[in-house]
Amino acid sequence: MLTSDLPFGMLYGALALTALPPLPSLAMSSIVFAGSAQLLAAQLFASATPGFIIILTTLVVNLRHFLYGASFAPHLRHLPAGWKWLIAYLLTDEAYAIAITRFNRSQAGSQGAAGTNAHWYTLGTGLTLWISWQISTAAGILLISRLEIPEAWGLDFVLPLTFIALLVPLLSEKASWMAALAAGVMAIVLAALPLKLGLIAATLIGVLAGVGAERLLPARRPPARRPPARADDALPGEK
Amino acid sequence: MTVWLILIGMGLVTYATRLAFILFIGRVDVPESVRGLLGFVPPAVLGAIIFMGVLLPDSEAVLVLSPLENLRIPAAGLAIFVAWRTKKILPTIVAGIVSLWILQAVLG
Repeated sequence: MLTSDLPFGMLYGALALTALPPLPSLAMSSIVFAGSAQLLAAQLFASATPGFIIILTTLVVNLRHFLYGASFAPHLRHLPAGWKWLIAYLLTDEAYAIAITRFNRSQAGSQGAAGTNAHWYTLGTGLTLWISWQISTAAGILLISRLEIPEAWGLDFVLPLTFIALLVPLLSEKASWMAALAAGVMAIVLAALPLKLGLIAATLIGVLAGVGAERLLPARRPPARRPPARADDALPGEK
Repeated sequence: MTVWLILIGMGLVTYATRLAFILFIGRVDVPESVRGLLGFVPPAVLGAIIFMGVLLPDSEAVLVLSPLENLRIPAAGLAIFVAWRTKKILPTIVAGIVSLWILQAVLG
C-alpha cells in the first residue's frame, strides 16, 4: 500500500508545481488529503480553471467518500465525537480499504483485542498514510523544482496513465464499463463547454449510463441477493 | 490569496463527504438507489479524465483518433493491459510512458 502511495504523492507534487507555487502545492496535501482529487485539481489549476469549478469538481470526484462514511459509521457509533472527526479526516481510499477489513473481521470473529482496538488500528493506518503522503508530496516538489523536464517527454501523459491504473480494477462488471466509456466519450464531445464544465457533465452522464446499463443488461445471477458488486465493493481487501 | 480560498473550499467539500455519514448515521440511511449512483462516480470520473488525457492532450486541442498519429492511443492500450495484469500504479505508468517514448522514437 505504502509502496504505491509514494510515487503517487511524488507525482502529485511534481504536477502541482507546474501550476502552483511550492507552498500551496504542499499545503493541498494536508488541507485536502485526497490523491486523485489533488491530481485533477493540479491539472485544473494549470489550465486556469475558475475556483468554484475546481471546488465543484473536487466535490464530484470525492462523492464516493459518502459510501466509505456510510459503511464506517456503524463501527464508529460508540466513539466520542472527537474520534469521528479525526477518523473522517483520514478516511482516504487506502485507509478505508485497509481498515474496513479489520472492522469486519472484528465484528465477525471473537470480540477480542482486535475488535475493541479497531479504531486505534484505523487511526494508525490513517496517520501512516497521511505522513507518507506529506513526505512524498514534498519529495516530488523538491525533485521536480530542481529538474528541467522537456515537454517532449510527455510527462502530462502520466496523469491519464495513473487514472488507468486506478480505473481498471474497478471494471468488474459491464455496468462499470458503460459508465467509464460513456463518460469518456462525452468528455471528448463536451470538451468545448465553457469553464471546464465538460468533465462534470460527462461524469454525470457516465453515472446515468452505468445505472441504465445495470437496469437493462441481464444480471449475471438472479437478483435475489443484493445488487452486483460495484466500484465501492471492488476495493482491495474488503472481501 | 484566491489560491488559498480555493484550497480551503476543496478541503471543506472533501471533509464534508467523509464526515457526513459518520456523524449523522442513525438519523439518515443511504437509499439503495443513491448507493448505486455513487458507486458509478469513480469509473465515470476516471473514464472521462483518461479519454481527455489520451485523445485531447493540452498541447494540441485537436482530436486525433488515428493510433498511428496519436501515439498516446497505443501507449494507453499497453498501459491498460499492464494495469489489468498487475493492478499496480507504478508498472502501469512506466509501461505507458516508456512505450510512448519508444513509439515516438521509431515512428515520430
